[in-house]
This record gives sequence, C-alpha cells and structure tokens, in this order.
Amino acid sequence: MKPFSYLSAPDTATALRTIADSGDVKFLAGGTNLVDLMREGIEHPATVVDITRLPLTGIEELPDGTIRVGALVSNSRLAADPLVRTRYPVLAQAILLGASAQLRNMATVGGNLLQRTRCMYFYDEASACNKRAPGSGCDAIGGFSRGSAVLGASEHCIATHPSDMAVALVMLDAVVEVESVRGVRRIPVADFHRLPGDTPHIETVLAADELITAIELPPVPVAAHSRYRKVRDRASYAFALVSVAAALAVEDGVVTEVRLALGGVGTKPWRATQAEHALLGRPATEEAFRHAAEAELAAAVGGPQNTFKIELAQRTIVATLRQLLTDGSAA
Amino acid sequence: MARQNRRSDTVEIELRINGSAQKLDVAPQVSLLDALREYLGLTGTKKGCDQGACGACTVLADGRRINACLALAVQYQGREITTIEGVDHPLQSAFVRADGFQCGYCTPGQICSAIGMLAEHKEGAPSAATEHLADTGGELDEMEIRERMSGNLCRCGAYNGIVSAIKEVAQ
Repeated sequence: MKPFSYLSAPDTATALRTIADSGDVKFLAGGTNLVDLMREGIEHPATVVDITRLPLTGIEELPDGTIRVGALVSNSRLAADPLVRTRYPVLAQAILLGASAQLRNMATVGGNLLQRTRCMYFYDEASACNKRAPGSGCDAIGGFSRGSAVLGASEHCIATHPSDMAVALVMLDAVVEVESVRGVRRIPVADFHRLPGDTPHIETVLAADELITAIELPPVPVAAHSRYRKVRDRASYAFALVSVAAALAVEDGVVTEVRLALGGVGTKPWRATQAEHALLGRPATEEAFRHAAEAELAAAVGGPQNTFKIELAQRTIVATLRQLLTDGSAA
Repeated sequence: MARQNRRSDTVEIELRINGSAQKLDVAPQVSLLDALREYLGLTGTKKGCDQGACGACTVLADGRRINACLALAVQYQGREITTIEGVDHPLQSAFVRADGFQCGYCTPGQICSAIGMLAEHKEGAPSAATEHLADTGGELDEMEIRERMSGNLCRCGAYNGIVSAIKEVAQ
C-alpha cells in the first residue's frame, strides 16, 4: 500500500475543510472497499481522513414519516432496524443478501453507495480499463465478461455496479444528503450514480469536496410488501448475477402500484421504469409480468458470455412478482 | 488524535487487545491484522486472503465480528479488540468434539466469528435465511447457522462439524 498521511477527523467541519483544502483526499469509513483498493494500488490518496468518529450514526424518524439514516450507520445495523424490517423489507433483505456478516458490521451506508465495481479488469493493473486508467480501453469487452452489464453499458465500459443495498434504495426513491464547505444538497439515489458513457471513471455526481452525511427513506407504504431476490453462483456471500427489488399492490386483480429495480445487470443501480409503466393498471397475471420484464430488457445488449443475464433477469422479475402475488404479501 | 501525520511517518497508537493496552508505532497503512501478527506477536489470528473474502482474520471489535485485514490499526484505537488468544468459550471444546476443523487454519476466525454470530442472533438480528424479517426470536437452525457463517471459508470442508459445534453451543 502506498504510504499516506492519516487524520482522524474530530468533527464534520474538520473533515470537510481538509478535503476542500487538498484535493487528493479519501474519506475512510468502514474500509471494506477502500482499504482493499489501496492495497491493490488502485486507490492511492495522499491523505486519508478517518470519518468514523463523526456523529453520523443515527437512525431517526422525521415528522413526515421519512427515516433519516446517518451515513456511518453500519449495513448490519440498518438491516436489523425494526422500522426498516417492517416498512422496507426489500432494503433489509438486499443488505443481508450482500457480503458477509463481518463485512456488513464494518461497512457503512455511505460507503456502500460509493463502492466500486468488482470487474476483474478494473482490479488487474496489467489490463486496459477506462475506469481505472481513463483512455486505456476496456479489456472486459471481448474478454471474460460473464458478470458484466447488459443495461447502461457503453463502448468504454461494461462494468456492473456491485451494490445490493443501492438497488433497494433506488426502488424506494431514497435521497442522498451530501455536505461540503459550500453547503448541503440532496440528490435522489436514482440520479446519484452515472452511466459510464465516455467517462466511466466518473461514477457519481458527488463533487470532489463532498461527503455523504445521510440517506433519507421517504414513506413508501407499498414497500411494506416488498422483496429482494438475488441470483448468484453460490447460495451466500457472492455478488449478484441478477437481482430484483420489487413491491407490488393489486386490487381486484389489477396492479395499482408497482416498483421494480435491478442489480447485477446494470452499470448503475437500475430502476426498471419501463417494466413499471408496462405493468401499472394491467391485470396481475404471469403474462403481464412477462410482458413488463421484456419491456425493460428490450434495450439490453449482451456479449458472448453474459447474454444469459437478459433471460435470467426477465425470469427473475416474473418470479419475484409472482412470489409477491402468491404469498399474500401483495397489498 | 486530530493531528495529521506526514506521509510515511509512523504514528504512535494504543490498542486495547484482550483487555490490556498495547502501545505500538505503526505506519497508517498497517492493517489491524498485521499489527496483531507482526507487531504484537499475536499470531492466532490468521491471514488467508488479505482481501476480506475468507474470514480467517476475524476478530471481535467491541464484541462485533470484523475482518482485521480490511481494518487499519490506527482506526481501531479506543476499541476493545478480542482475538482468539483472549477467548475462553464453550465453542472451543465443541469444535474439538465435533471435528469442526482439519488443518485448523480457519479455526480462530471461525470461533471468533461464531461468538459474534451468537451475540447477533441473541440481539434479534436477522439474516438472509430469516423467513419473517419482523421476527426477532427465530430459532438458530442449520440454515441460519450456515448463512450467518458464510463469511468464514474452510478449505478442508469441515463445514458439517463446524455447524454441529455451533448448534451444540447455541442450544
């Protein structure tokens, strides 16, 4: 690991001032991704500012029913929170289906949003990767790309976004609160991550001097009956090939509300708005589910090794909706 | 603690390991795992993958299981670290009785992880195997144990013995 100078920030103002004064700074929270990336030489900040002592650890309900989650709340604590388990089971499940218990104990909510792709070419410094070395090319295209994205990719990058939690958050219309010396702003999670386009190294809209301070979960009554389904190569502790976050409300056999998001297939956490539009107001039938899934994946592009994800995503959408419908949890 | 060191300087830190304070000089990039093994001679905690994938380095920080390889030692000042050297728990003899290991390399991590896991379950924390998420008092059956312990790999494949040992202690 390349040497760096270390500062444990005693308060948020100090952390923000440090990053505003010197560009080459990384905030360190749980460290589960950043420490690994520094060890691999992919991240090499001059200064690491430890933010784990900042008071960003609360989970509180606001008067309008929004739940505000501090950026330093651990993944395991968020998944175990009683309000999250009852109001947003999709979020608790998404978190619990990601990583391992040890990693979830360390990893924070803010860090989870900023974790970087596990594309092997991103990690391998001998390979071309536009995300790691802008302009060097993309060895994943035409390479070992079984895990790569089929939605939102470009000719410059086909890396998937690895987070499960963010898939549930984008389904829930969660909001990211960020702060800098210039002030506070709120960004919908759906707008937080960027498509790769021709700048795959720029992954979010977070400015260089900003710190994630909280996420906000708005009231989403339909989410009380929601699920996260994850398909992967082993039963536990693996990244998604395909995952589906879904909430469904049906009245008199007709879909009155539906929310869908996909993981493992997109270059960013993927809100499946095409599928939602195709399903809203339609009969809650297997055929309609399939039609909606096909509508979402119509724009998907697969390569020699990952085309299977397109059919797998469609089937997983159908299966998740069917499960919500038949287990009686569709409101 | 707010003092910023210069790049490549070492910093003097104090860690609380198994109930006693330990002072050491480390560069900020030294992991908690390396601090334990290379600086303090506590080699019970093992280095497997050094990238958070195998769980061999699992220790407890304030009673919570973590991967020491992804923790910087400087970050863990003021936290109570428990390594296998500080463990005296019924799981240890249960692992022996149930053949919960073969080569033994993953065992310190397995035992620290299982201690953390039993505490999480006792607090009502759910897992991906928990059928009803709102349920805080579910039984720790085999499915639950396997899911909750999935962050600890055993290359010898002693999983059946590991599950038996944990189940015995959980009951």
